[in-house]
Amino acid sequence: MEKNQFKAWLYLLPALIFLGVFMVYPLIDVFIYSFEEGYNFTSQTYFGTGTYNYSYILHDPYFLQAVKNTLILVLITVPVSTLLSLLISVALSSVKALRGFFQTVYFLPYVTNTLAVGMVFMILFKKTPYTDGLINLILGFFGQSPIDFIDGPYWAKMLVLCVYTVWVVMPFKILVLTSALASVKEEYYSAARVDGTPRLRIFTKITLPMISPMIFYLVITGFIGAFKAYSDAVAIFGTDLNAAEMNTIVGYIYDMLYGDSGGYPSYASAAAIVLFVIVLTITVINLLIRKKHVFNG
Amino acid sequence: MYKNTSIFENIRKGIIYLFLGIWALAVLFPFYWMLLTSFKSYSAYNSEYIPKLFTASPTFENYISAFTSVPLADYFLNTLIFTVLTTAIMLAVIIPAAYAFSRLEFRGKNLVFTLFLALMMIPNELVVITNFVTVTELGLRNTFTGLVLPSVSSVFYIYLLKETFEQIPDELYYAAKVDGTSDFKYLRRVMLPICRPTVITVTVLKVIECWNSYVWPRLITDNEAYFLVSNGIQEIRENGFGRENIPAMMAAVVVISVPLILLFLIFRKKIMQGVARGGLKG
Repeated sequence: MEKNQFKAWLYLLPALIFLGVFMVYPLIDVFIYSFEEGYNFTSQTYFGTGTYNYSYILHDPYFLQAVKNTLILVLITVPVSTLLSLLISVALSSVKALRGFFQTVYFLPYVTNTLAVGMVFMILFKKTPYTDGLINLILGFFGQSPIDFIDGPYWAKMLVLCVYTVWVVMPFKILVLTSALASVKEEYYSAARVDGTPRLRIFTKITLPMISPMIFYLVITGFIGAFKAYSDAVAIFGTDLNAAEMNTIVGYIYDMLYGDSGGYPSYASAAAIVLFVIVLTITVINLLIRKKHVFNG
Repeated sequence: MYKNTSIFENIRKGIIYLFLGIWALAVLFPFYWMLLTSFKSYSAYNSEYIPKLFTASPTFENYISAFTSVPLADYFLNTLIFTVLTTAIMLAVIIPAAYAFSRLEFRGKNLVFTLFLALMMIPNELVVITNFVTVTELGLRNTFTGLVLPSVSSVFYIYLLKETFEQIPDELYYAAKVDGTSDFKYLRRVMLPICRPTVITVTVLKVIECWNSYVWPRLITDNEAYFLVSNGIQEIRENGFGRENIPAMMAAVVVISVPLILLFLIFRKKIMQGVARGGLKG
């Protein structure tokens, strides 16, 4: 028995070491960092402890800009992508021919390099001296004068970022919702059809309640994912997100850590913990709502 | 009456297919555009005030300059090394751990497993700061060791493997024990072959994750000799061909995207099942 105990821990050892060094220790350390004031990266010294780092970032215009951008991104992309993926999944589940083809195509953005494909979006939207870009030409048909989407007004840039974010997150949502829809038992539908229930009513009374746990799951993961947005923005606007007014909370963390504006792990830690608290709050709120309203069948 | 219903039904079908077709177009168009642009010559691209939807004279010059005027081949090789190393070490770490949780008995098993599950909720952004400091202090910046080490353990994949291992009937294990087979041999000869589909799924998902990783490599490398494709493409964009040479940039984007798309087409079913089971991106 003792020998078996030893063997089990031996099998676990590599995983324990790696998780300990690169997850558990950093988790504790980041809280400590966030309260160390005036931490100097090269000499590894600090003046004292307190909440100055938090107060610094909360008064930093770049951080506030990042929070604002992230909030807008979350509030636009989560509802839009969830609704759109619901529509697409329902449409997909109601057809037979070409379904496999569509499913494969729709999943494609998931396996592409976000940085690389984001550059294609930039080109489609970008206005240069040579061309107004494809999107502007299309908008031109509707009488819209060309807009500089990449270096122009704030809302134009935000629109591109939202469009790209939705494009990137759709595959996962469509996949989850189509599998949820496929798992609704056929008997429910047959029974409803015998009763002559209209389609819309079948959808709102049967389908929607049955897949509501999955929709909630998508909303939670969507919120969390959107709050952690970063590389999508880099893909479109480049690494200097502060200059583009398009930074996100995660982008702010990394800028504080590294690069031309970096070298401040304490500020980065404080920002990371603010992000963590936001994400945790959403998870808890969602779980509470879920307990009350979602049908768990 | 019946005829009317069937006309109505056809119209409904038509609208559904139109809608599905539009989204398929929205997904595929960027890919088409990057391919198309990569085959346009620099002068042709810049002379098109209204971009053309096709090109009459495709050229490979962009692909040649993608490999000659910027070190795309190096980025590619680095990413390959990084991906293979990370995935291989990760498998060596998580398979024994999953085995211990599913098959071996030890004190505190449930507690340790619960703690593991709790770690799944920790966002990467929270631990990356200390990891950056740790790796910097160890002098491992701009090394493959520094790139690989923090991403070789994955609680989620341990969980996924453990669930699969547990589905194998106990009888097999006891039969093997009677024959005097060691645990290690049983894991290697019986469990892994039976669970191959899940192991492949985990491997493929990890490969995708590695190929796309951007944040950690960016933090840990500032020497171009260690750039991965994500950082490389960003570097190419900002300092490479010159900001205006978009066709060459697109050729680089195509080269970076093709391996993953091939991988996806080969392992389509496994990837989609794996992602649906607990999907995670980033």
